[in-house]
Amino acid sequence: MKVDIFVTLKPGVLDPQGRAIQHALSGLGFAGVEDVRAGRFIELELADSVNEADVRAMCEQLLANTVIENYRIVGFGAG
Amino acid sequence: MTAAVIVFPGSNCDRDMARAITLVCGHAPNMVWHGEPELPDGTDFIALPGGFSYGDYLRSGAMAARSPIMAAVVAAAARGVPVLGVCNGFQVLTEAGLLPGALMRNAGLNFVCRDVPLRVENNQSLFTSGYDAGERITIPVAHHDGCYFADDATLERIEGEGRVAFRYLDAVNGSARNIAGLLNAAGNVLGMMPHPERSVEDAHGNRDGLRLFEGLLGVIA
Repeated sequence: MKVDIFVTLKPGVLDPQGRAIQHALSGLGFAGVEDVRAGRFIELELADSVNEADVRAMCEQLLANTVIENYRIVGFGAG
Repeated sequence: MTAAVIVFPGSNCDRDMARAITLVCGHAPNMVWHGEPELPDGTDFIALPGGFSYGDYLRSGAMAARSPIMAAVVAAAARGVPVLGVCNGFQVLTEAGLLPGALMRNAGLNFVCRDVPLRVENNQSLFTSGYDAGERITIPVAHHDGCYFADDATLERIEGEGRVAFRYLDAVNGSARNIAGLLNAAGNVLGMMPHPERSVEDAHGNRDGLRLFEGLLGVIA
């Protein structure tokens, strides 16, 4: 079973990398990009014995730093 | 002093730290590999050195904070053993939950490597008793992820508790409240981005970092 995890900066946390990407897009001539937030995408290949609570614990303990980041787990049913 | 310098894969200031400790206390610290389950008996000071542990994979300090030796470091910190984390060591301390907040990419995105002026905000700690309150000192920084972040409530708490040990005197990396060095609530854990071990000998240009180690030795020995 494949599970996708999206780790994103919490609202209000400064994202200088996102801002640099925004400036670069603007430099390439793409108009109208009003904001960019960069995050991280992690794919897990899991045995059937692993449940969503396990993955949530993985996110809390390592995959995300919940001081600055939110995470979203996609792949368990409706996700 | 029975010091331990923790060595992670990718640490690169571990020998600088060992040299500074040796200079001050007259004998070398134990170099403890991250995979060890325990600290050497009698360890009374732990240093987490700078560098790029685990290649900064995932987040700076994230993997190191979960390595086997860190359980022993967390337990020692809870017993009151002084723990100093410098640069990557500071990142490890926040990732391990020993200090609040997080260290993020520098606001200017540049790797900053230069001497920076600091103000000693708290000279009552184990680490800072060798300085005068409000003293201006100069210690080098060298980091990419040194922008200190914590939510407003946390910032108010740590300021109110006098836990900011050092503050940048100019804009270095975008850190909240210009925090350069931070103590835990008990005062026995210090994380700082500047490298005191790189200003302990005349060849370093100044010796403002030396008094941190000397002050610590005075308390421990």
